[in-house]
Amino acid sequence: MIPEMARGTVYGTLMNFKGELDALGAKMNAAPYNAPPKAPVLYVKPANTWSENNATIAVPGEVEIGATVAMVMKSAREIAGYVLMNDLSLPQDSFYRPPVKFNCLDGFLAIGERMRSRNEAGDPAVFKLEVRINGSLCQTVRFSQLVRSADQLLADVSEFMTLGPGDMLMLGVDVGRPRAKAGDRIDISMPALGTLTNTLVAEAA
Amino acid sequence: MKHARVVYQGVVHAATEKDGWRLLLDDGQLVSPDAVTWLPPLKPLEKPRTILALGLNYADHAKELAFKAPPKEPLVFLKGERALNGHRQFTQRPADATFMHYECELAVVIGRAAKKVKRDDAYDFIAGYTAANDYAIRDYLENWYRPNLRVKNRDGATPLGPWLVDARDIPNPMNLALKTTVNGQVTQSGHTKDMIFDVPFLVEYFSSFMTLNPGDLILTGTPDGVVDCQAGDVVVTEIEGIGALMNTIS
Repeated sequence: MIPEMARGTVYGTLMNFKGELDALGAKMNAAPYNAPPKAPVLYVKPANTWSENNATIAVPGEVEIGATVAMVMKSAREIAGYVLMNDLSLPQDSFYRPPVKFNCLDGFLAIGERMRSRNEAGDPAVFKLEVRINGSLCQTVRFSQLVRSADQLLADVSEFMTLGPGDMLMLGVDVGRPRAKAGDRIDISMPALGTLTNTLVAEAA
Repeated sequence: MKHARVVYQGVVHAATEKDGWRLLLDDGQLVSPDAVTWLPPLKPLEKPRTILALGLNYADHAKELAFKAPPKEPLVFLKGERALNGHRQFTQRPADATFMHYECELAVVIGRAAKKVKRDDAYDFIAGYTAANDYAIRDYLENWYRPNLRVKNRDGATPLGPWLVDARDIPNPMNLALKTTVNGQVTQSGHTKDMIFDVPFLVEYFSSFMTLNPGDLILTGTPDGVVDCQAGDVVVTEIEGIGALMNTIS
């Protein structure tokens, strides 16, 4: 089950891990980008992408795992809690246009079932996620590496748009997104937020 | 039929157009359009509605914005519902903005779940049409997921309405004149027949990789003729047979 509170628009954040910026390096100043991003770079994961914990997700081929945490909003500035997310995407290497065809496929956003408040989950700056494919650890995501802290991100996003109750803002996906394919089981876990498990299946022809 | 959603004396009502000028509320009251507050003409949904918006979907607008060749594939971005606004409402111009422009767009409202729909069947999946004004604040344009949400997803910066017109009343949405007036002067005029990717194509394209659900929206892009607007300007985006959507910049 997706937490009762989590019923609003889901926003993802690009380039909020230092590793993402480092990986691009000088390319950020070249065409088509011409400059590093100034404001937070956001995208929407529409409702057709939502999957529950333990759901199977149909994929047309290899996908990239996007292990992250979302803030679930209680009001414009108040956070109800944090929840695990698996923000799946088809592999792609351009950040110039919104990647709708790559990341808005049905089921491509798994949402954890355990929402925990800041008091219960702790400071997001020390969050650490482990990503396993078929039981093998393949990525550790450290939120100490965020460009904008959770609070700073929320403040900078709120400068140009207001989040409403139930809206979700994902903190970002680090580089080195593990790839997975049909048949793989993906577990994303963090002690306070539990485990988000999904299995990929081949999309029916 | 033309459908609206309005607030009358503090209560939200579904309404329909009556006698060409009045509103028939869902409780039977007949009221003047001046007596209500207009909401976007869309039923609330349990989950957030998907709002797909096209960039550069008219050949002349693509040229205007210095694109050498028209796009080969739709340029699409998504919005959140808090960007929507009603007829006769206000949209804020940020204090530091130097270029804020309207975009008059035909908006398609999906009527039933669409997955892998072929273009010949596309119209079966459309509930109706409304007019949109997809404002952009170009000062904030960055080349990361362009057009980025700071340009395109501001609170209340996408007015919609006044009416949702049933699809059966619009036999050919690809044959409608569009125009925008700013303080009564025509500044933009175009025609839906000049879309690069037409409505049936868009339904086929999006439904090829994602499910479109009832109530989802496709904003189909704007033609040539966008100009900077100032606080106080009254902007009317009008589509033939669909309606004239009024907005004031504050």
